[in-house]
Amino acid sequence: MVRLYNVTKIYKNNSIALNNVTLHIKKGEFIFLVGPSGAGKTTLTRLIFREDIPTRGQIVFNGKNVVRMRPGEVPFHRRKIGMVFQDFRLLAQRTVYDNVAFALQVTGTSNHRIKKLALEALKVVGLEGKEKMHPEQLSGGEQQRVCIARAIVNNPLLLIADEPTGNLDPGTSRELMNLFKEINGRGTTIIMATHAWDIVDSMKKRVVALSGGKVVRDEESGDYHGA
Amino acid sequence: MGRSAVGYYFKEAFDSLFRNNWLSLASIGVVTVSLFIFGCFLLIAINTSAIINTLESMLEINVFLENNLNQSEINHLNEELKFLPGVSGVEFVPKEQALENMLTSLGNGKDITDNLDENPLPDSFRIKTNSVGLVPQIAANIYKFKGVRNVIYGQEVVERLLIVTRWIRTTCLTSIGVLGLAAIFLISTTIRVSVFSRRKEIGIMKFLGATNWFVRLPFLLEGVVLGFSGALLASIIVYLVYTIVIDKIAVTMPFLPVVGQIDKLAPVYWGLLILGLLIGAAGSSISVHRFLKV
Ligand SMILES: Nc1ncnc2c1ncn2[C@@H]1O[C@H](COP(=O)(O)OP(=O)(O)OP(=O)(O)O)[C@@H](O)[C@H]1O
Ligand SMILES: [Mg+2]
Repeated sequence: MVRLYNVTKIYKNNSIALNNVTLHIKKGEFIFLVGPSGAGKTTLTRLIFREDIPTRGQIVFNGKNVVRMRPGEVPFHRRKIGMVFQDFRLLAQRTVYDNVAFALQVTGTSNHRIKKLALEALKVVGLEGKEKMHPEQLSGGEQQRVCIARAIVNNPLLLIADEPTGNLDPGTSRELMNLFKEINGRGTTIIMATHAWDIVDSMKKRVVALSGGKVVRDEESGDYHGA
Repeated sequence: MGRSAVGYYFKEAFDSLFRNNWLSLASIGVVTVSLFIFGCFLLIAINTSAIINTLESMLEINVFLENNLNQSEINHLNEELKFLPGVSGVEFVPKEQALENMLTSLGNGKDITDNLDENPLPDSFRIKTNSVGLVPQIAANIYKFKGVRNVIYGQEVVERLLIVTRWIRTTCLTSIGVLGLAAIFLISTTIRVSVFSRRKEIGIMKFLGATNWFVRLPFLLEGVVLGFSGALLASIIVYLVYTIVIDKIAVTMPFLPVVGQIDKLAPVYWGLLILGLLIGAAGSSISVHRFLKV
């Protein structure tokens, strides 16, 4: 579903974030991106999401070339991908419900469908009854659940999570990982960049390790540190 | 675009207006001032052209005749004048009538003429024309006719009026131009601040897959609402001021052919409102395209 061919990304200040990366991700997979800080994990997700384009190489998502995409197609490409961030990126002045509904509003969904889908997504992440609360009234774990609900509410093909548990305690992180596993079980492909080695080791999923912009390891049901 | 989207655009635009209320007020104020001046200018222009029209229809050529003409020569002249191109009416004024007219207009200055033993005035024709532009040419033609001593017409009045109109037009258009640019600039600043204060939200919209137009439209709408509000205010003020002015004129200068409020002026108010919309759209487009790289 996602294919990277010889992707190289060199930023304007000449730092090489990705160096000739070739990677294939199948539909329904759960992939951990691991590696030291600065290895290029975030860069890789940004290129798939078309926040930026590679200096060299091609990226194909769901049969479409992401690099050669016209600007007008980009929003529609992004609607097929849900994003979850370490810092949540919720709108403080909106309620939990409105934050989730926002993802559907910006894609022009009818009010009737927005209500149905948003409540469903909030149920999936276990936040029923908290629809009217504001983000700052929630714990970090709950805020991340809102973020996940927003990412899955329009039923994306791919969910990208960049260090989703980076700000959370181990217990909360484990609960969230169960949620991600459940979402993956419904058929959504997941790419997760993380430093949480214990989680990676316990999940027994595919692990792609980056270092200095290169793929240095790619294992089915791998560990954080490798064999 | 669904119903929810339209509601969304308006809600966002108005939220933003109230968030930047001082800048919004300033923008509306400048639009109001510039369009108020423009409205006044339009009304003055419409009225002067009405006055000129009236004067044109009143403008006559007076043809004074030699003293020694007999009746058949006068009749002959009358026929010739009637068939001149551009002439719409010919009236013969015998010298007795001319004297009488003069006495009535002099009123109690009557004793001056009592001392005259002979009527000093000549016979004349009073000629009406189709258009003020034809007057000088017709007058020149008539001057060449036999038996015509002199030709007089009031062209200077109209010319002076035209000069005044031109002057009003230049000053007003210049100030409107400057104020209009200021209005566009202020609106674009307001929208820029608006974009800046909502950059986090815009960033989120982008990663949620909002199209460029979806992100831009509330900001464009915000500018249009600013421009329109200013225009609405300007129209109301122009309307009130003009109502007062024509009431005053009706009392003090009833002979002036003032253009009435409702009958012919609706296009002026429409024009102001549309201009307000355009100013708003121009101002916000500038900022949306320069500061909203989506
Ligand atoms: N916008 C940018 N401009 C210039 N250089 C950048 C930019 N973003 C990232 N880099 C550089 O690219 C390299 C890879 O960064 P990236 O953020 O992808 O790493 P990462 O694996 O996500 O690290 P972390 O685990 O700390 O999040 C780093 O050397 C970084 O300094
Ligand atoms: Mg990163």
